Amino acid sequence: MRNETMIKKARNLLLALLLALLPIAAQSGPSGQALAFTCAGCHGTDGSSVGPSSPSIAAMDPDVFIDAMDAYKRDQRNSTIMNRIAKGYTDEQIKAMAWFFAKQKLRLHVQKTDQQLVELGKQLHDTHCEKCHEEGGRAGDSGTLAGQWIPYLDFSMQDFIEGRRPYPRKMKRKVDAAIEEQGEQAMPALIHYYGSKH
Amino acid sequence: MNKINRRDFIRVGGGLTLAGSSLLFPTLALANSPRVVIVGGGVGGSTAAKYLRKLNPDVKVTLIEANKNYTSCFMSNEVLSGDRTIDSITFDYEGLKGYGVDIVIDRVTAIEPDKKQVATVESGSFDYDACVVSPGVDFKWEAIEGYNPEVAETIPHAWYAGPQTVTLRKQIESMPEGGKVIIVAPPNPFKCPPGPYERAAQIAMYCKHHKPKAKILILDPKDAFSKQGLFRQGWSKLYGFGTENAMIEWVGAAGGGTVEEIDPSTRTLQAEIEEFTADVINIIPPQKAGKVAFASNLVEGDWCPVNKRTFESSLHPDIYVLGDASSAAKMPKSAYAANSQAKVAAAAIVAKFNGMDPGDPTFVNTCYSILGEEHGISVAAVYTLDEASNTILPIKGAGGLSPMDASAEQRKREVSYAHSWFKNVINDMLG
Repeated sequence: MRNETMIKKARNLLLALLLALLPIAAQSGPSGQALAFTCAGCHGTDGSSVGPSSPSIAAMDPDVFIDAMDAYKRDQRNSTIMNRIAKGYTDEQIKAMAWFFAKQKLRLHVQKTDQQLVELGKQLHDTHCEKCHEEGGRAGDSGTLAGQWIPYLDFSMQDFIEGRRPYPRKMKRKVDAAIEEQGEQAMPALIHYYGSKH
Repeated sequence: MNKINRRDFIRVGGGLTLAGSSLLFPTLALANSPRVVIVGGGVGGSTAAKYLRKLNPDVKVTLIEANKNYTSCFMSNEVLSGDRTIDSITFDYEGLKGYGVDIVIDRVTAIEPDKKQVATVESGSFDYDACVVSPGVDFKWEAIEGYNPEVAETIPHAWYAGPQTVTLRKQIESMPEGGKVIIVAPPNPFKCPPGPYERAAQIAMYCKHHKPKAKILILDPKDAFSKQGLFRQGWSKLYGFGTENAMIEWVGAAGGGTVEEIDPSTRTLQAEIEEFTADVINIIPPQKAGKVAFASNLVEGDWCPVNKRTFESSLHPDIYVLGDASSAAKMPKSAYAANSQAKVAAAAIVAKFNGMDPGDPTFVNTCYSILGEEHGISVAAVYTLDEASNTILPIKGAGGLSPMDASAEQRKREVSYAHSWFKNVINDMLG
């Protein structure tokens, strides 16, 4: 897994370099920076949200960003407003925004968490989630969980479990196992664990 | 093989542009730092200040604002319901100082395009290479006979948040059970198009718990308003709108909702067809560009015409007009719009200082209204410039309103995202 991440990181770096060397021809329309600046009113300056629920998108893996925008665009992922906004951008523009945010430093904030839940969440995470959400869910190719705003994590898990968002089969197996193990406490525990990181 | 000239090379870098430009031309930057003077520390002015410094730390930015603290109009309706205090929407300018912005608390008397100077009451004049003006709106006091700034102390507009918001809140709190509130809505265009209707809901939210027999009547000189379907649905669900026991009622132009006159001593409103009285009256007067815009000849009609690629005034070069005062059709006069326009202007100003053409602009508007503790609705749009008509057009197939049939859970999430919108807009402009 770690190797795969390294390869992906190297590939992303190469792509970014290539992109930077490309001639201007393909660059008509607003720049990635100009497009990304318009997101700040909800997702924070350079994608670090100050909460309480809009997710941070700084340092996001570009593929995760592109997949998310694509899913919103096609109404395949539940949202309140993002499905309406995503439809305003071309695939190229989404790619440009993805690269802008991928390069931003994620600034996290301390959130109120329940220590007992955090500890239980850590156990559950280590057993069931760490394999894909590496380093305690830090930004990677399975998304950003560590330090993400707690209400957003809660909304996301509700949407997965209640069928409003495409649920990767492997993730469903792992979440089911965690719920099997700890019942109703499993989700709040995981959410508090990720929310506790800053 | 495509040739990469200097301009293209700089543009390609995207995020690298800033570092690149100061590395490439250090002498130019050091010898003659360009100066930007910003008039008005609202959303447009503050965002422009921060992003100018972010885009090019060599630019010297001075922001001149009349008030020491900023009180946001957005979320101020929540003060009326008691859901938040006025302190919770009041902020200082320390965060902007952290970005290297010079803050001057003073009143601007005029901008002089010939001298490229901004004159103030007490702090002298400031030279500029580019001037950003974001003065907000002023009221057409003459439109409603008997209404004036003095009367507004007791019959508040509360359309700028601050002492009048607190006055209105106190009046609602102290009116008797079964009391009546009238909101006089303004004609288009005005800042915060859904504001009067959210205000009715926020007042009802308080009354529902504390004065369940109270009535809130909106007198409107229009026959349609922003998010109308969603408001009517939310009002019905939460406040019995359309029933005999409706807490909120709305009278549009066709029903005689246009108010012509007020007698402050008896709190009587003369509308087109009949008279109305109430325990609490809130008049939101018709609007035009802020005073400074008129004093500086930046106005055509009621608003300031601009080149929508850059927001540079069509009347005076090197002066950029942002936010509510600008004529930015088809963007609404909203905080998010001003925030979005400010970044376009900041990038255009920095590009001009570097001898570059402005890039293609892009804009977003998102606007939430909170109708009840767990009932939020929104409207959004992504905009692009149509150069031929100098119009900012919403991109077709995108944007629009919250769906009418949304679940209770979705409405509840919109409240949470409305609060996130508030915190992030404030942080993006001041933090």
